[in-house]
Amino acid sequence: MEKKLKMSVTEKIKKLFDRTFIYAILTIGAITMVVPFLWMLSTSLKSYSSVFIFNISDIKWIPNPFYFKNYIDVWKVVPFARFYINSLFVTSCVTLGQVFTSALAAYAFARLRFPGRDKIFFAYLATMMIPGSVTMIPVFALMRVFGWIDSYKALIIPAIFTAYGTFLLRQFFITIPRDLEYAAKIDGCSLWGIFWNVVLPLSKTALATLTIFVALGNWVSFMWPLLVTNSIEKRTLPIGLAYFQELYQHAQPNWGLLMAGSVIATIPLIVLFIFNQRFFVEGIKLTGMKG
Amino acid sequence: MSKIKSINQEAIAGYLFILPNFLGFLVFTLIPVIFSLILSFVKWDILTPPEFIGISNFIRLLGFHKEAGAIIPNDPLFWKCLGNTIYLMMIIPIEIMAALVLAILMNQRIKGITLFRTFYFLPTITNGVAICLLWAWIYNYDFGLLNSLIIKLGDFLGIPLKGIPWLTSVKWAKPSLMLMGLWTMIGGYNMILFMAALQNVPRELYEAASIDGANAFQKFWSITWPMISPTTFFISVMAVIGGFQGGFMQAYIMTGGGPERSTTTLEYLIYNHLYSWQHAGYAASIAWFVFLLIFIITVFNWKFGGKLVQQYHY
Repeated sequence: MEKKLKMSVTEKIKKLFDRTFIYAILTIGAITMVVPFLWMLSTSLKSYSSVFIFNISDIKWIPNPFYFKNYIDVWKVVPFARFYINSLFVTSCVTLGQVFTSALAAYAFARLRFPGRDKIFFAYLATMMIPGSVTMIPVFALMRVFGWIDSYKALIIPAIFTAYGTFLLRQFFITIPRDLEYAAKIDGCSLWGIFWNVVLPLSKTALATLTIFVALGNWVSFMWPLLVTNSIEKRTLPIGLAYFQELYQHAQPNWGLLMAGSVIATIPLIVLFIFNQRFFVEGIKLTGMKG
Repeated sequence: MSKIKSINQEAIAGYLFILPNFLGFLVFTLIPVIFSLILSFVKWDILTPPEFIGISNFIRLLGFHKEAGAIIPNDPLFWKCLGNTIYLMMIIPIEIMAALVLAILMNQRIKGITLFRTFYFLPTITNGVAICLLWAWIYNYDFGLLNSLIIKLGDFLGIPLKGIPWLTSVKWAKPSLMLMGLWTMIGGYNMILFMAALQNVPRELYEAASIDGANAFQKFWSITWPMISPTTFFISVMAVIGGFQGGFMQAYIMTGGGPERSTTTLEYLIYNHLYSWQHAGYAASIAWFVFLLIFIITVFNWKFGGKLVQQYHY
């Protein structure tokens, strides 16, 4: 309070000026971020021919007329619903599988003593710096040997097991005070009981963070699904979107349709983010500090 | 006796707990790492049995030969792709600095931060393929938004400006991808990490500096910059590691690696050798070369950058 009273008029003007300056820059930046998305939306409401204008400086931001048919056609031209369901299914399986197996292993690495534990954990750590493409090549070959190419198994199973998830959760588990676990042990709780009823409920934040990042990472995963799927029925959403473009090898693509597909693919994530913004931000901080 | 028993039980439980994850790790990470190293010494199209060829892959990859008096690399395409990858990584320092500036501005206790943050974070939560398609459309030579704006600007100024062949000319393709990268990255994870780091700088330091009459610039250089250096360091290391493995989606969707392979990065080259040209062995040797690059840079970073950070913090 005292400080505010002491503030002179010139200081106040300077502060107001600073604030205006900051708002101006942030607003210009925000416009730059949003304009491409508005362009996406605008194009998605234009018909095939109305996108191609004779004079390029005549572009229209507001479609005339609004062509909502793109949002219907998108599901017919390619099996877009199938891509969506594939992505939902694959991402759910990978996320559940990875969070569960990582939590199990992380608990053992954090709390249980067994011969070779630290050596195995070191092996996990050592592989984290190896680029994905190094392991991708043999695993791709393995998929052929297993006969898993173009199956959900190839999309799901190799994606479940990462050193990263185990590492992240282990780092969190070692920060949990042991007292609660001891108390549960004295009460006659089994190891499984301690893990399931004590440790996991205490780790909700870390588990949620891992869930978000695994789900997000898998939802946009591109190269692996591209390698292991051949048929249209097995494609996930990102590959499906890319497939749109392949339909128009030698002509200008139907940009309205492409943008409508992009909007549909993007909206769920944006909604998810807006309602869980705090969670995302906390998660990024957590992984950024520890990873 | 009972203690030994309980330790044994704990060990058994430990093995059971890690078993599912470890099996997967073994089959899909650890064995493939070893197998991939072996692959880099064989010639293999995945279909027929592999053929051991010693270090031929690496001679082809890194070797040079004389041709008509000039020294020529055995695999010019690889060197071109390495050059492309490094060229595209030049935007990384700008991306990081821009994210820092944005974080500083957002950290000034002003209203509407949540809204601004949402706008800046939009590209991060948008499907990467959708972003590539969107920018391919914006960059479109005949009907795209950017060229339309350029021509409108020309009309406004009274000079006839021509549209730029953004993705279709060797000269502009890489800068176009870098510009799109900047737009995508500026408000993403890095900005949020910087915001968190800035919030952790004790306010007393700034107050003390104010009393000593330091201006905003001096405060930044002698307080903010050293205090957030671990975050800057972390972000830079991760960005460089990511950069060497980047550019696949852009090449696949927007440019096809062209024109004249000017946007083919190492990652896209690996994919082509593996999938399109059936050279799994050679693909593995490139992948290991990328690992080596990342490894050297990371070690170098920890040794020198790490020291610099420690100097500030301990």
